[in-house]
Amino acid sequence: MQTYTAQRADGGTDVYTDGKRWWWFLSLLNPLLPLVGVLGYLATDAAAWLTVPLLLMFVVAPLLDWLIGEDENNPPESVVPELEDDGYYRLLTCATVPLHYIAFLTVAVFVGTHSLPWWGFVAITIAIGIADGFAINTGHELGHKRTELEKWLAKIVLAVPAYGHFWIEHNRGHHRDVATPEDPASARMGETIYCFALREIPGAARRAWQIERERLARKGQPVISLHNEVLQSYVITLVMQIGLIVAFGWIMLPFLAIHNVFAWWVLTSANYIEHYGLLRLKDDSGRYERCQPHHSWNANHIYSNLLLFHLQRHSDHHANPTRRYQSLRHFPDLPSLGSGYYGTYLLAYVPALWFRVMDAKLLALPHVAGDLNRVNVAPEKRAALEARYGHG
Amino acid sequence: MLRSKPGTVMAEPTVFRCPGCGYVYDEAKGDDHEGYPPGMRFAQLPNDFVCPDCAVRYKEDFEAVS
Repeated sequence: MQTYTAQRADGGTDVYTDGKRWWWFLSLLNPLLPLVGVLGYLATDAAAWLTVPLLLMFVVAPLLDWLIGEDENNPPESVVPELEDDGYYRLLTCATVPLHYIAFLTVAVFVGTHSLPWWGFVAITIAIGIADGFAINTGHELGHKRTELEKWLAKIVLAVPAYGHFWIEHNRGHHRDVATPEDPASARMGETIYCFALREIPGAARRAWQIERERLARKGQPVISLHNEVLQSYVITLVMQIGLIVAFGWIMLPFLAIHNVFAWWVLTSANYIEHYGLLRLKDDSGRYERCQPHHSWNANHIYSNLLLFHLQRHSDHHANPTRRYQSLRHFPDLPSLGSGYYGTYLLAYVPALWFRVMDAKLLALPHVAGDLNRVNVAPEKRAALEARYGHG
Repeated sequence: MLRSKPGTVMAEPTVFRCPGCGYVYDEAKGDDHEGYPPGMRFAQLPNDFVCPDCAVRYKEDFEAVS
C-alpha cells in the first residue's frame, strides 16, 4: 500500500496511508450500474431486471452507507501535495469519462432495439439518467482542475447529461455566490426541492451564459461561436442526441427527454442538500464574508463518498475548490446531513419530512443558534417561519 | 514607483498570487483565456475580479510576489 510521508511545520513527521486507495475503483462502477439491468434482462428475458439499477442506487446504497458507516481516513494537511501528485487518482477520474459514454450509448441502443414494457423502459431510462447525473459529478471533479486535459474531459463528459454549462456556472458562479440569496444553486430554508429545481435549473443556465458572454466580450470574440465553452460541450450533445434520433427513431425522444431531465435532477438534488438554509453574513462594507466550513452540509459515509469522489466532504471542497478528491478532509463539528447523499436525496423528495429533520438541524447549528437572521430563508416563507420559530 | 528611502527606488510588483489556490497573475503575460492582454496591470483588472481558478478569493486577497 502506498504510504505518504511529509514533514510538518513543527518539525514532526506525518505518515499517511490511504485505506481507500483501491476502493476508489468503485467510482468506475458507478456509471456502469444501469448495465446491470440491461445484462440481467438480456440473460433472463425478465423485464424486472430493468428496475434493479434503481434499487442499487436508492435502496442498496443508503443501506451500505448505514452498514459500513463513516470514514476514518483523513489525510494530514502536510501530505496533501504528495497525494495530489499521485497520478493514480487522476487516472480514475479520466477513465470514468469514456465509461459514461459507453453506458449511455449501450442503454440507448438497447432501448432503441428492444420492445420493452413501458414501465421497464421508464425504469432503465431513469436509471441511466441518474447515472449520467453522476457524470456531472465527474465533470465537477475534472472541471475544477488546472490541466487543459482535465478541463476538456469535463466538457466532454458534461455533454452526456446535456449540461455543458455546468462547470462554468459552478466554478465561477456557485463558488463565488454560495450560501447567499443571490445563488440559484443554494437552497433556502422553507423552499421545497421542487420549487428549488424551478429556480436553480434556469438560474444556473443564465448565470453560466452571462459569465461566458463577459469573458468572450473581453477577448473580442462572438458569443455564438466555438470559442464559447458552453457551446463546445453542447455541440457534442447535439451531434450525439440527434444521431440517436436518426438511428433509432421516435423512441429516442422520450428516452432522451427522461434521461436529460433526471440527470439534471440528480445535480439539483445535490445542490439542494449541500447548502440548505446556510447563509454567509455581510460585513460592514456590505460584502459577504468568505465561505467558511460551516456554510456546507457534509456526509462522511464511506460507500457513497467512494461513488462520488468525496463530493460529500463538501466544506473542504468549498474551502479549497481546486483540491483533488483524494485529498479532501473531514472535520468534526461541521454541519452534518447524518446520511450519505443517496439516503438524503430520498428525504429531500418528501418536503414535509425534510423540513421536520433539516430545519431542526439548521437552527441547532452553533453559528445559527436559532437565529433566522443567520439563515438563508425563502422570502415567501419568512413570515410563517418567524411565526413558528421566532426571530431568534 | 515605490520609494523605501531617499535615493532607492523599489519596483512595483507585477506578479500576484491567489493565496487560496496558487493561481498567478503575471502582468507581463496577462491571462489570454480570461481576456486580459499581456501588459494589463493588476490594478486595471475589474473590481469584481475573482480568482479564475478557485473563484473564492477576491482581487484584494491577492498577494504581490515581486
